[in-house]
Amino acid sequence: MSDSTAQLPPAPAARVPHAGGTSWRARTREGRFALALLAPSIIVVFGIVVYPILRTLYTSLFAVDTPFPGHFPWVGLDNYKYALQQSDFWSAVLRTAYFTFVSTGFELVFGMGIALLLYAPLKGRWVFRTIVVLPWALPTIVNGAMWRYFFNAQYGVVNAALTQLGITTSYHAFLSSPFAALNIVVWADVWKNTSLVAFFLLAGLTTIPKDLYEAARVDGYGRWGSFVHITLPLLRPVIVVVLVLRTIEAFKVFDIIYVMTGGGPANGTQSIAFYTYQRAFSDEFFGYGAALAYLIVVFIMVLAIVYIRLLRSENYGMA
Amino acid sequence: MRDSLRYRIFIHVAAVVVSLIILAPFAWLAIASLSSQADLLKIPLSWIPSNLSFSRYSQIFTSSSGTIFANFRASLVNSAIVATATVAISISVGIFGAYAFARLRFRGQRASLLLFLSTYMVPPIALVIPLYLIMVRLHLLNTRIGLIIVYCTFATPFVLWIMGNYFETIPRELEDAARIDGCSRIGALFRVVLPLARPGLLSTMLFAFLIAWDEFLYALIFTSTTAAKTIPVAIAEFTGRYTTDFGLQAAGGILAAVPPVLIAVIFQRYIVGGLASGAVKG
Repeated sequence: MSDSTAQLPPAPAARVPHAGGTSWRARTREGRFALALLAPSIIVVFGIVVYPILRTLYTSLFAVDTPFPGHFPWVGLDNYKYALQQSDFWSAVLRTAYFTFVSTGFELVFGMGIALLLYAPLKGRWVFRTIVVLPWALPTIVNGAMWRYFFNAQYGVVNAALTQLGITTSYHAFLSSPFAALNIVVWADVWKNTSLVAFFLLAGLTTIPKDLYEAARVDGYGRWGSFVHITLPLLRPVIVVVLVLRTIEAFKVFDIIYVMTGGGPANGTQSIAFYTYQRAFSDEFFGYGAALAYLIVVFIMVLAIVYIRLLRSENYGMA
Repeated sequence: MRDSLRYRIFIHVAAVVVSLIILAPFAWLAIASLSSQADLLKIPLSWIPSNLSFSRYSQIFTSSSGTIFANFRASLVNSAIVATATVAISISVGIFGAYAFARLRFRGQRASLLLFLSTYMVPPIALVIPLYLIMVRLHLLNTRIGLIIVYCTFATPFVLWIMGNYFETIPRELEDAARIDGCSRIGALFRVVLPLARPGLLSTMLFAFLIAWDEFLYALIFTSTTAAKTIPVAIAEFTGRYTTDFGLQAAGGILAAVPPVLIAVIFQRYIVGGLASGAVKG
């Protein structure tokens, strides 16, 4: 068998530019061509965001109290120091961390279950797949408004269902209790975003060769055994991608809180992005708001680096 | 080997339970949008409305401008235009960049891809104030074009990422053959690579559309009238102002959900294929 392959013409890899023998000139030519192809994307993305990114960094070093340009006292890193000394800030960070880890955790677990179901030999699989896609397509603001209505203290269906089923005896103002409200926001987020996670994991499942499962069955593994020994390890890269995406998204959470609770009650659902929004737009502490925004970036970057390390240790990622 | 009966019953029951958890909220939203206000405010709630009426929908579609109903209609149109334009621009711009990441080897390749993706880590709240000032200066405040420009900045990195990975799965040999037949690189991209990348392209378009349709904070800060206000802003404002008009909240919500839901349902068979070769590779 090795004889026949030896007689085949050289594999295309020999002609692939990044193979060893490529000349410096060819590389430069490729570089120029790449730059030309990337130029539109660079203009569309960085042409717009570079100035705001730098401007916000600059603003964070001044005591700015209006959105409009002017001369403001230089305060150096005081805005950052001030933030790190505020208990409000740290409670917002903790709340955001709680929201992020609890919602991402549930989304992963439920998403895995749904992905396995979508992959299983279901009758009417197409119908099920169509149903699963629905919450993902529902706009976040509509989702938030919907659950706020469902958990309404007087007219919400949750209260109506719980009392009529005899589970509770009276109506509860769920969204008036800080910790309950936070968990309801988590629930609304999980209900919507589990779909997306399920589709990512399903996409990962389809890339696992079926004969591995056959082999596992021959070796005497049951369903659980092959899930633990084949599915989970092979899905790890996908799980990491989903984890990164959902964590970044959750850490920036703003929309659903804006529409469901407005950060209340008693700041019980005030995420770090929402805290920043309030300091910048309600209090007009724009310098402080800018510093807070950069602290969010730092938190997200730390999380992202941890995850990218995870990716690297798997030796996985884009070429 | 056949699956056991118990297993088959289990997966079907589980699928039905999941479907109910997903569909019940949608169903109640639809019922609420058709119920009278009196029915919705009844305590204890009666689950079966006394009468159903499409009046809220017909008002949204026919009311003369200036009313809440007409504002909903205008913001639906705005959202449709903004999301469609964002998809069109970010795809046509991003395809070339994605091709460069997938097929060319150049210095700083990995770093520049990471730079594009790192814009995703910056929360909109960090950029919104300086962007606002730019919009003022360029007279783009409260315009759809202003929103489209901003939305393309986060839709394009997505296109680069998913399409870049997808292009890598398309065998180079096909492209090489086209080039031997006299195609230029760009010619081969359009005649050979893109047609084969259709599932990836369609799922990327779906993603970009949903991202643009869903965006809230920039639209909240940059738009103020029906000239550019998008549907998430209209809904947030409405639910904040008329907190107990659940019927109209529901009708507005359903209308806001119909375009993305329809598109997602039509395109859903491409999602898995598009992600399987695109996003899940890392």
